[in-house]
Amino acid sequence: MADTDAAQVALVLGGDPDAYRVLVDRHSRRLFRLAYRMTGNEHDAEEVVQDALLRAYRRLEQFESRANFGTWLYRICANCALDRLRKQRGENLRVEPAAGEDPDAADPLDTAPSPEPGPERLALSGEMGAQVQTAMESLSATERMAFVLRHVEGLGLDEISASLGLNIGATKNSIFRAVQKLRRQLEPLVSEAR
Amino acid sequence: MTTPHMTEEQLMDYCGGETAGREAVESHLRACPECAARCQSLRQVLALAASLPLPEPDVAFESRMWRGIRPQLEPRVARAGWREWIAVRRLVAVGAVAGLVLAAFVAGRYFPTNTGVAPAPVAQVTPQVRERILLVAVGDHLDRAQSILLEISNAEPAAAGSATVDFSREQQRAQQLLAANRIYRQTAGQTGDAAVAGFLDELEPLLVEIANSPGQVAPGELAELRRRIAARGLLLKVRVVGSAVRERQQPAAPAPAQGKS
Repeated sequence: MADTDAAQVALVLGGDPDAYRVLVDRHSRRLFRLAYRMTGNEHDAEEVVQDALLRAYRRLEQFESRANFGTWLYRICANCALDRLRKQRGENLRVEPAAGEDPDAADPLDTAPSPEPGPERLALSGEMGAQVQTAMESLSATERMAFVLRHVEGLGLDEISASLGLNIGATKNSIFRAVQKLRRQLEPLVSEAR
Repeated sequence: MTTPHMTEEQLMDYCGGETAGREAVESHLRACPECAARCQSLRQVLALAASLPLPEPDVAFESRMWRGIRPQLEPRVARAGWREWIAVRRLVAVGAVAGLVLAAFVAGRYFPTNTGVAPAPVAQVTPQVRERILLVAVGDHLDRAQSILLEISNAEPAAAGSATVDFSREQQRAQQLLAANRIYRQTAGQTGDAAVAGFLDELEPLLVEIANSPGQVAPGELAELRRRIAARGLLLKVRVVGSAVRERQQPAAPAPAQGKS
């Protein structure tokens, strides 16, 4: 499949924009899943996917044909989702601690207000689902992305750090903070269920 | 001497699938009920956080994405090296030749042979004739698409003892249909044939998926493909659209003579 992706990219670069349709058809659903987990609603997720597809098209010259197109596109989508979340929350993300800063100090994004509950959240069937959604929304954009990529998508630390533009230490730190926050909020639910 | 308990970070690495030092962690968890309970609790929290329902986009999702971005896609001026340039040119040339062959084939089917009349110059082909040539070609294309859909829907289950089903025939046929599907979809869209364009638009993602499937697929994957074909009613739609196209291929019947009053 990687060969076919590369062939389609070659056609697009050769001047046929319609050849991009095959790549859109092939990869959009996986991008949607990531975008939905980040944004929490279908409308925003679809816009993120479109942003990612457009951004990838415009940067197609930067894609190296020996690389995996799906992985490359996935990273672009992760960045688009991050950008969107930051914009929605009016966040000005600190990518990694500056020299001398305590990496465990509170992330300024942690205090960012969560968006109002969307219809998907309200429609969740149970109280537990709503609480999980609330817990996810309490994470900063970077924490949420780091958590989703690590514990939902199962990516390795190298890939996650490349997607987030962070070094490994900062990436692990983001995952750590995300899990700690989720744990504080969700552990009581788990205990009750036992 | 007692072994110190595991740190939160160690537990998270372990639950996150970190492979380094895994055996030592498991050994410790077997010997330490407290850490084992913490690990269990963490696993449950992670599973709960990852369990949010994920909606499946509707069948028109890919088409919607494409329509959303297509107007913003500027064609590129080829910048590839000469090897790539030749490769792309070769593809274009092959496509052009294939188009000519297809047109000749369709024309051969449509126009009566041995009429003794010299073929009409291309410039004299009327829009009505062009439309009917397109209809014949689209009709053949729909027949082939229906044949693939039927084959998949009626495919034999995996042989006993085999973990996969041979899918290479369907894969190759879908690859052959894919380029034609795109051309007919675009043409139908340009000529305002919304029904045909809409159906080919819906068919295309499925053809892409089949064409890019491995030659051997797991029975579960095949079952999922069948389920989606059935859920979208593609077999029924291909028959309905095909039937409508064939009806339009028939020359209009002469108006009945007016009866004398």
